[in-house]
Order: sequence, then structure tokens, then C-alpha cells
Amino acid sequence: MARVVGDADARSGLSDADRRRAKEIIARYPHAKSALLPLLHLAQDRNGWVTPAAMEEIADLLELTPALVLGTCSFYTMLKREPVGGLIVSVCTNVSCLVNGGPELLDELRARFVDGDVLVEEVECLAACDLAPVLQVNYEFHGPITTEAAVDLIEHYRRGELAARTVSGTSRNGDGA
Amino acid sequence: MAEETRIVTKFLRARPKDSWTFEAARKHNKAYAAFEKALGMERADILEQVTMSGLRGRGGAGFGAGQKWSFLPKDVFPRYLAVNADEGEPSTFKDHMLIEGDPHQIIEGAAITAFAIEADCAFIYIRGEFALGAERLQQAVDDAYANGYLGTNILKSGFDLDVIVHRGAGCYIAGDETGLLSSLEGERAMPRIKPPFPAVQGLYAAPTVVNNVETMSTIPHIIRRGGKWYAGLGVNRSTGTRVFSVSGMVERPGNYEVELGMSFRDLIEGLAGGVRGGKSMKFFIPGGASAPWLMPEHLDEPLDMDRASELKTMLGSGAIMVYDETVDPLLVAWRLAKFFAHESCGKCTPCREGSGWIEKVLYRMVNGLGRPDDLDLLLDFGQSIVPGLNAPFSQTTICALGPSTMSHVVSLDRFFGDEIRARLRDDAARRSHLEVKSA
Repeated sequence: MARVVGDADARSGLSDADRRRAKEIIARYPHAKSALLPLLHLAQDRNGWVTPAAMEEIADLLELTPALVLGTCSFYTMLKREPVGGLIVSVCTNVSCLVNGGPELLDELRARFVDGDVLVEEVECLAACDLAPVLQVNYEFHGPITTEAAVDLIEHYRRGELAARTVSGTSRNGDGA
Repeated sequence: MAEETRIVTKFLRARPKDSWTFEAARKHNKAYAAFEKALGMERADILEQVTMSGLRGRGGAGFGAGQKWSFLPKDVFPRYLAVNADEGEPSTFKDHMLIEGDPHQIIEGAAITAFAIEADCAFIYIRGEFALGAERLQQAVDDAYANGYLGTNILKSGFDLDVIVHRGAGCYIAGDETGLLSSLEGERAMPRIKPPFPAVQGLYAAPTVVNNVETMSTIPHIIRRGGKWYAGLGVNRSTGTRVFSVSGMVERPGNYEVELGMSFRDLIEGLAGGVRGGKSMKFFIPGGASAPWLMPEHLDEPLDMDRASELKTMLGSGAIMVYDETVDPLLVAWRLAKFFAHESCGKCTPCREGSGWIEKVLYRMVNGLGRPDDLDLLLDFGQSIVPGLNAPFSQTTICALGPSTMSHVVSLDRFFGDEIRARLRDDAARRSHLEVKSA
């Protein structure tokens, strides 16, 4: 079984539990606006991506304009503004992985997982160059890794034999943090 | 025989199975003992010890830690501490290890620093992709609260401190001191013009100290053993140890904590095993992606921040990338350019536009479609980002990302200029029959 794929509906926002959690997060900060990134992670964990509806709710909670929430959301690579499926495979091709097979690994995984619940993306240095070539599956590190081993690993996650983190990497059981 | 001198990495290396837990850190590493000691000291004494140690920031800029703290304006409150755990400089992976391996050491350093600068709120801004690191750091913070090392009236000292672990969401420039503050405020992580410096107007426009994870990890040791002891390690104005991340084409890539003053050769060949497969080295990058390159003839130079400046480069984030003779320097330069073009935040025009153009021109150069004068073209328009093109860099941009976009171009010219110009001429000649001959 694949990881729970979020609701692709742009109109779905936060749950009641999320809103309670959001209020706890906001209370931690001296200024509410600082809670914006944590709330965007929370929203992404709920729906698998940051929906427009969630952005509007977050804007309400923080007394910001939705435009400002979108402005911040669109700036950061981990925050997805369209449905991406349940597994995000991030392959580094930066200068240490470059000479250790990173670009080849990326190409082969992209060819192998064309669509469906796995997003294969090229990312910048993941700060694990001793593991080059390195990739992350929902922000869990794996490396050095061959293409065959990576395909095998991703299939294990897909079948639920390995517990994947949420799409924001927050936790392994989806309870938010 | 080159050897490590382990201070900040000693405990996590000694207990790889549980070094991040509160129990192990307390029982086997006297975690928070230095904080207890600091709570009994005068704040001025703490500052003096740190200043005396000569500790310079381990994030990249190498600014004196004690000096940074001393810039806080008197009697202005609240004050904040922000710990920079947003490690993103390509090929740097030391903070990653310190966060996952010894989070209590970071929290203890942050607690001592917060006490010294009279901040009652500290943030640890951790890179979003460090999921396990954030988990361990949060657990460590929770355990520190539960055991009375954080919270109100800590150990009956009257000192209150809250520590908030804040996850980023994927952005290199949030690792810049002021970019980090923008991000922490819920904004896009765009750097701010200085002055005002964060020490005067930082987070929420209040006085703020921003220190790197490795810097924080060093503080408890300085308090425990004294600034004089720390200053006795290292060389010249580069005191103490640093954790160097060695990667690329070496036998044993990894983090090595060594006393400053060791030679690049001892680090790369002695500890990291040298270039793998018995090949010879073509060049190496001594301080992360932003640092201009060095050549095999520089291997006997010491790991000394000021000496690196004399060599027109820097030790930066302490990341050393090694490339063998088979590597095309243009390929590495293009990949670095692609990185900077991707990560440029867009605030300053020279960097936003320039980084993209540098990437485009290097792309055609590396793929055999370069024009004969392309290297000089890059050096020419690079002047609009880095006037003079020489380290220490002057810049037309707010933050250091701007000049970083030219480091590898300058290095190409410095060490491979003739080779590249000849190659560009050959490439152009090879395809001259394709050129449209205009009337």
C-alpha cells in the first residue's frame, strides 16, 4: 500500500485537530507571523500539498493577507503548491554528488517513476556529501546508493514495508509536530 | 601521521548509538555542567572567556564570536539569540552531524550564550530537510525543559530561557544571517541591508545574536576549560579546532575535527586518504561552494583563515571538495553557477540577473558551444556583481551570495585560463561551418 496520498482538492484546508495544533504553535512565538512556516508544513502534511484553501485559513489564523502567505509559500522548495503524491524522492546533483553518480541516478529514477504517487525531484546539496550519491525519501537520508537499490527502496516505501515520513518530513506517523 | 583533535565531535564519536539522548549526554558527557558553571559566573566573565578564546564564527564569515556579542546595545530589551542550523553551503555537512549526534551540546551552548547576552528567548533555525535532526533537537529541547535546564528560573538562578526549534522549508539563503531572520519572521528569506546589524536591529527589530551550530557547540568547552586553553590550540588568529567536511573524489569522505594550522595535505591525504583510485588531484575547493579554488601546489598551506585570505580564498564553511585529473573544471563551475542561479533570492538585480547569465554562458562553454571570448565575457559582466573580482570581495549586492556567483569563474581564469581560452577557440573553429556568414 502506498503512503496516504493527500486530498487533491484545492478547497480542502485544515482539520479541527490542525487548527488546535496551529494555535499551540502560534502561542510558542513572540510574534504570530513567525508561525507561518510551521503552519505551512502542517497544512502540507494534511493534504499532501499546500492548498489555496489552507493558505487562506493560515492567513486568517495569523491575520495576514493570503497574498503574503502565498509569497512566503512560493519561496521555499519543500512547500508544494500542487498535488505531488505521497512520496517525494529528492536526488542531489550538486558538486560532490556530481562526481559520484548523482545526475545519472536522477535520470534513471525519473525514467523509472514517471507519474503516480512518486515525485522524483532534483535538489541542491543535502549536506550529506560523505554519502554521495545521496537521496532522500520524504526527507529520510539514503546513501551512497545505486539506482537498483534506490528503486528497491522506493518500492519498499510504496508497499508500506518501510514507514515513510509525512510529505513535509515532520513525523513518521502523521501526527504533526 | 595526521590526527584529529576531537572537542565538539568527541562525544558523538565515542557513543554513536545514543549520543543524542539526554541520559547518555548527562551520564557520559556531563551535559549542562558548563551551563551550571556559567550561571554562577558574572556575564562579563563569560564574554571575556569567549573573547579570550579567539573563537571565530564557524558558519563561514569567521567573525569573532565574543566581538559579535559585544556589539549589543546596552539596556535594550528584549534580546534574541538565533542559532543558525540551516546548513546549506554545498559540500558542507558538519552541522548535520553535530545536530543529529549531539543536540544537547548545541542547546547547552545556546543556553550559555543566551545567559551571557541576557536573551530570554532563543531560536534554533534548522534546515527543513533535516527531518531526523529536527526530531532529535526537539526531543533534546523537551528533555532539557523536563530536567530544569530550560524554562523559568533555571536551577533557581532567576534566569528564564525558552528555546524554540524552528524548521525551515528549503532555501539556501535562509542560512545568511539576515536572511535567516527574515525567514524566522515568516517572510521570504531575503537578506537585509547592513547596517543596522542584527546585534542592533535583528529579529523583530530587537538586538539579536546569530551564531552557527558549531560555534554554539564550542561554547560549553570554552566555559568548562577556559578561554586561555582554547586559544592555546590552533594557529595565529585561527584558534581552536574546526570540523572540516571533506568530500568529492577522496578515499574516505567525512567530517574531520582538526586543530587549525594543520596543512591541507595532512587533512586531505592523511585523514581523508587522498584522491581515490591512485589518481592525481586537479584542484580543490577549500571552503564550500562560495570559496575560490586552490591547486595541488597549495596543499602544504595551513588551515588558517587569514592565510586563506592571502591566497584570495577562504576557509568559509570548512568544506573541502577534491577533484581528480579526469574532472572538467568547467563542469564543476557550471554546476556551482546553476546552484547560485537557483538560490539567488531575487532581491538585488546584479545577483538575480547575473547568476542566471553566468549559468547560461557556462552551460554553453561546457557543452562545446562556447564563443571564443566567453570567459572574458563572464569576467566582464561579473564586474557588475563583484567590482575588482578579487577576494576579499567587494560587492554590489546585499549579501555574499552575489560575489559567490563569481568565485568559480575567477578560479577558472586564475588557474585554467589559457587552457579554457584555447578550448573555446577550438570549439568555435570546429563548428565554424555552421555559422551564418552575414553580409
